[in-house]
Amino acid sequence: MIGQQPNDMRTAARRVRGLGAARSGTRDFWHQRVTSVAGIPLTIALIVIVIALLGRSHAAVVQILGSPVVAIIMLLFILNSAYHMWIGMQEIILDYLHDDKFKFLSLMANTFFVIAVGLACAFAILKLSFGV
Amino acid sequence: MAELKAEPAAGPRRTRPLSPHLQIYRPMLTMTMSIVHRITGAALYFGILLLAWWLVSAASGPNAYANVEWFMGTLIGRAVLFGYTFALLHHMLGGIRHLIWDTLHGMEPAERELLTIATLVGSISLTLVVWLVGYLAMGGPR
Repeated sequence: MIGQQPNDMRTAARRVRGLGAARSGTRDFWHQRVTSVAGIPLTIALIVIVIALLGRSHAAVVQILGSPVVAIIMLLFILNSAYHMWIGMQEIILDYLHDDKFKFLSLMANTFFVIAVGLACAFAILKLSFGV
Repeated sequence: MAELKAEPAAGPRRTRPLSPHLQIYRPMLTMTMSIVHRITGAALYFGILLLAWWLVSAASGPNAYANVEWFMGTLIGRAVLFGYTFALLHHMLGGIRHLIWDTLHGMEPAERELLTIATLVGSISLTLVVWLVGYLAMGGPR
């Protein structure tokens, strides 16, 4: 057993829990799969929506993007993508950055970036939907 | 990177052997496409700024929206958008391939090569189809 001391009363699970490069277990791995499955229909829907809006006037774009079904699909795409890309970039950071200082600063920057971009997109869609 | 030296098996913090890394292996299509999957993912990570810019401009008003439309109409804008389309579709198809592999299907040598080639051919042709449909929807190139 790795690091097992003679008088260690802790179980094997206690010693591995909270480990891994991000100090968490397989949750991110699973959530990355869940968001990737959700991302397939949402990506197709996004492409259809963008094509439908090509070359239209600003007024028409506002009206279409603000209509409930389109707005809901766009919000789902953004929230799903934000979580998916947060996990993905975290994985890249953990793979290549081994210095704790840079690693945790990068993980923080990842969180800030994803929340800022996700919130900006979500706010824009909500504003288009509710007017003002 | 590859520390294959046999360390004396004493002390709890001894250097453990590491498996050989990328530079050891002959480049293969599956390996290259795995790297491309990560690169397209990273590109999409920053590429979502385009979507954010487009949506925030649309919400801001006609003048801001006109700026986005102008940029997307330039050669650079179209090139960026074309790259974004390819990255999105490539990452989506690559993701489907990885989901298939997650179920332990398609892992045989011929099968995984086929899946990899299908991802490449599929993403290139889908990108072209999307742009063709896009131009048709706009009533021809402008």
